[in-house]
Amino acid sequence: MRASPIPWLSAEVLEIVAETPRVKTIRLAVPGWRRHLPGQHVDVRLTAEDGYQAQRSYSIASPPEEDGIALTVERLEDGEVSMFLTGELRAGDRIELRGPLGGYFTWTVEQGGPLALVAGGSGVVPLMAMARHRAAQASRIPMHLLCSWRTADDVIYRDELARLAVRGDGLTLTHTLTRSAPAGWRGYTRRIDREMLLEVLTGPEARPLAYVCGPTPMVESTATLLVSLGHAPERILTERFGPTGGTS
Amino acid sequence: MVTRGFKSSRARGDPSRVPPGQYVTNDFPVLSAGPTPRTPLDAWSFALRDVHESDLATWRWKDLLTLPSSTVTVDIHCVTKWSKLDTQWKGVTIDALLDAAGLHPPARYVTAFCDGGYTTNLALEDLLDGRGLVAYEYDGAPIEPEHGGPARLLVPHLYFWKSAKWVRGLAFMEDDAPGFWETHGYHLRGDPWKEERYAGD
Amino acid sequence: MTGPSGEDLYRLDGNGAAGVLQEVFAVEMTTASCTCPACGRVSALGALHLYGGAMGSVLRCASCDTLLLCITSGPAGHFLELRAILHLQPQ
Repeated sequence: MRASPIPWLSAEVLEIVAETPRVKTIRLAVPGWRRHLPGQHVDVRLTAEDGYQAQRSYSIASPPEEDGIALTVERLEDGEVSMFLTGELRAGDRIELRGPLGGYFTWTVEQGGPLALVAGGSGVVPLMAMARHRAAQASRIPMHLLCSWRTADDVIYRDELARLAVRGDGLTLTHTLTRSAPAGWRGYTRRIDREMLLEVLTGPEARPLAYVCGPTPMVESTATLLVSLGHAPERILTERFGPTGGTS
Repeated sequence: MVTRGFKSSRARGDPSRVPPGQYVTNDFPVLSAGPTPRTPLDAWSFALRDVHESDLATWRWKDLLTLPSSTVTVDIHCVTKWSKLDTQWKGVTIDALLDAAGLHPPARYVTAFCDGGYTTNLALEDLLDGRGLVAYEYDGAPIEPEHGGPARLLVPHLYFWKSAKWVRGLAFMEDDAPGFWETHGYHLRGDPWKEERYAGD
Repeated sequence: MTGPSGEDLYRLDGNGAAGVLQEVFAVEMTTASCTCPACGRVSALGALHLYGGAMGSVLRCASCDTLLLCITSGPAGHFLELRAILHLQPQ
């Protein structure tokens, strides 16, 4: 086995793009970057002049087929790192990060499918890396993506997801809004439940690979529901973001 | 590498109340080495154990509540750098427990042992003279399970990992022996005013 | 905080310890498999239950909660407690 220590790298911010009022995508050039797998994350470390340091993990939003990496960060109240990354940070700045990390919660087209992806809020980020990788590989592996949001204004990657869903290559997209829906909304308007999973995802007889990511309560309940529907526990991979969801 | 424009937004607070390296929070962060135990009150007990592991005294939940109680307002300091000021707790002091048991302490150190297997070590003198409580109320209400309820140790003059959650007793020891976090490199005593975070500090 | 089925809402997945695991072991560890000495369950490290927050990474068996790994990091370096059989497969 080759040793692969993970040094801290100095990444340059190329561009910062707003996805929603609270969410931004940061595109970075990372000299020395080792090609990542969709689903992996980085640790970002910020150092103040007085030596104070804060460190958080963020999922990589971009697929390995692209140069550099993109991180999609949700601003959390009281989140000192997310406040900085979505506030003060600007193009031309450098931030320290290490990665790619986490071989467990990853998927590449070589692994096949079908895929059942379930996201709660910013939990969509690593799943988007998987969807983008699948598109970049022109794969037709069936992928069902179910995303739960509070309101329509919270939907991250709305236009790009819609474009991926109409390519007709086997990706289906379903959103559910749990707090309020705009006039004319004809989609789900409730928390993810058994019926929704049955209607949206491939059944267990097809042995899908399920990836569930988001706030801990949502991941817990979704994983439990999938098991109760007959999905094999070892084919359900979870990435919990913590009790309030999102890293701060 | 200094990150341009990054400053900690966390309030350092009044240095006469907030130990070095800490920031003040209004939250009450939850941190645990394992799943939250849920011992029903009718199965709960608290024991003082001697160096040979036999029980010197035990109390059931209703017994604990009949002991003289103290209500204290204290600042608490976690080794992970947050401090929370003016927290109110109600419980029974270790002095009152020893009194009620008619016990002269058989040794100078204790290991606090807890549901879920957590342990921490303390010098008895860090528990006497009102410095340590078996607390069962926080902010006027029963302590929530994630904060250590039904009862936790409260030793606010030391880093908060010493205020063992889900405490079930104190086992006396002749010598100071590291508990869970202390075995993993944290300081044996943990005085926040001397910044005793790690062994060797 | 407890969820509707009584589950503990403060734990994360072992995948959350990927950074410190790779720092200590110098290889990607979340896909390494781990056998619990208490109940025999075999699982990837990334699927274990992670506790400890900023104090350290405490990885427990997802079936029986037995502590399998504990890593803390401080100025003197890392402390590692390992109580399970790990299988690190060639990449």
